[in-house]
Amino acid sequence: MRPSTSTIAVIAVLIALAFAPLYLGAYPLTLLGRVLALSIASIGVSVVWGRTGILSLGQGLFFGLGGYALAMHLKLVATPKGELPDFMLYNGVEKLPWFWAPFASAPFALAMVLILPAAAAGLVAWLMFRRRITGVYVSIITQALLLAFVTWLNGSQGLTSGTNGITDYQTFLGVGLRGPDVAHGLYWVTLLFVALALGGTAALLRTPFGAILTAIRDNENRTRFLGFNPAAFKIAAFMLGGLLAGVSGALYTLHLGTISPAMIGTAFSIELVVWVALGGRASLIGAAAGLVLGQLAKDRISSAAPDAWLYVMGALFVLVVLVMPQGVAGLIQNRRRPPAPMPAPQNPVAQNPVTREVSDAV
Amino acid sequence: MDFTFISGQLFTGLSVASILLLAALGLALSFGLMRVINMAHGEFLMVGGYLTYLAAQWAGPTLGDAWLWVAFPLAFLGAGLLGAVMEFAVIRRLYGRPLDTLLATFGISLILQQAARQLFGSTGVPVTAPAWLGGALTLGDVTLPFVRLFVIALALIVLAGMWWLLNRSPFGMHVRAVNQNREMAAALGVNTRSLDMLVFSLGAGIAGVAGVGLALIAPVNPTVGAAYIVNAFLVVVVGGVGSVLGAAVAAVLLGFVTALAEGFTSSSLAQAILLVLVVAFLQWKPRGLIPTKSRALEEA
Repeated sequence: MRPSTSTIAVIAVLIALAFAPLYLGAYPLTLLGRVLALSIASIGVSVVWGRTGILSLGQGLFFGLGGYALAMHLKLVATPKGELPDFMLYNGVEKLPWFWAPFASAPFALAMVLILPAAAAGLVAWLMFRRRITGVYVSIITQALLLAFVTWLNGSQGLTSGTNGITDYQTFLGVGLRGPDVAHGLYWVTLLFVALALGGTAALLRTPFGAILTAIRDNENRTRFLGFNPAAFKIAAFMLGGLLAGVSGALYTLHLGTISPAMIGTAFSIELVVWVALGGRASLIGAAAGLVLGQLAKDRISSAAPDAWLYVMGALFVLVVLVMPQGVAGLIQNRRRPPAPMPAPQNPVAQNPVTREVSDAV
Repeated sequence: MDFTFISGQLFTGLSVASILLLAALGLALSFGLMRVINMAHGEFLMVGGYLTYLAAQWAGPTLGDAWLWVAFPLAFLGAGLLGAVMEFAVIRRLYGRPLDTLLATFGISLILQQAARQLFGSTGVPVTAPAWLGGALTLGDVTLPFVRLFVIALALIVLAGMWWLLNRSPFGMHVRAVNQNREMAAALGVNTRSLDMLVFSLGAGIAGVAGVGLALIAPVNPTVGAAYIVNAFLVVVVGGVGSVLGAAVAAVLLGFVTALAEGFTSSSLAQAILLVLVVAFLQWKPRGLIPTKSRALEEA
């Protein structure tokens, strides 16, 4: 199969990014590395939302599970043998909690970075899709679960270090985490993961599995009548999204040297979705590019004018939805192809019959 | 746990439920009737709270304790007007795309929060409740502060008003007609466009009134709306989308569960337990306590 123009363009961009440490200064490189780590989560959002039509507002939950799994290991490594992590001492915890102990092992922690988010996503998805909970309910439920997780983290000072988060790591797999060489290495590792996530996901979506996800997005009931079990496929897609978010969270934790509830909360999770929408949710590359450019813009504007940033971001949210529902990638694709026939105007109520008996209900 | 403690917790839960109910009523209207997910709904609550603060500042010195009676219409109209502007500028372009309304309104909520932060600062502004709300009713060992009783009464009055409006007024007849069959209602001469706007701003206005109640209980800050929005949505989902009675029952249930769980554990754990319980509940009744009847294959 001949590679398409866009594939060649993506490979060119990835190669250009691989040489970034040669021409970028220390701060821009760190920033780029962080943002690339986040873009892995956005690839997951693109699969779950753009491809399968499930809008999860709780990706921070899976991102956080991946991040915390790694952070717990890093914290234990940074703590002298036989002692407890500092925040536990401050909070009067006398014995290492049972769920902390296995994280002393690096292989266990690395496995958990993958397993915890995927398993949690699988469980959440199974609970929802088994009962055919769809659309906005999924969004509200995922947001509620994320909030529950963040609230629990915040409230459990002795177990998770609460609002301060887990911080202050020194080494990972015996390598020190400070210094310019390490920054380069970490950057390349991150880029490698981005390439893997992009390539692997794109290859997976080109299989019949990807076609069924699209079918579910476009008409779930018709897919069901054709003999497929949409719930199973949605659970699989959701698990993939969770897995990617978890990897992203672990890399991000390495870059930042900390993870805290504030980093994974509602604002983070919705922002993630909006950058994906801006880039183009149906396109993996669009989603990743949207996130990278959006986050870079956020860094620039919020450091130049801290007060203005929320206005800019808020206005962007509204404009993206009003002006380009398919994102930038959608605009580019539409220019290349003849425009699809306009769908018939949909009446919100005719399409989604709602309350019939308000009077009975009152 | 003794009886006094539990009944005290239940009473507090009831007053929390009252504000939650007022916040959720507007959502039940806009979500139920128009399938609009308004993430900025909490900010109507915030606007109501700040308008209460302003009413106390401006009218307090001249009117004394009567400023409260200025605050209600001010908060209702202020939040309602903001709702109308929002509906006109953004929401009406997004009907039939519920997930997009969710994202767009989240953007609006960010803008409103930041505006509030710059106007009033990020720390909460306190509102001193009128002196006649200062006391408390004592029943045996249980003390019931007048302020919280007032908030509960407020929720009951608004609920009754809403029932009357939906079931006994011409406006309510139109709302129910559009609810049942939008095209047919339009063909029979109901102006669905202006009805959408009216319903949306009515929901916003009710949230503004909830803001008054909120300001009487706790200081108003820029993120107060964000703190209520998820719970308000859960009330709507647990109650059954579009059902006003369901919302009322769900608000009381959620208020009780939170208050009791807070009594036995920490407040953050109580919140987490509540959220998980709600998700478990939806396993059992995915369409809520009072599901709306529909034979449609798909629901948004």
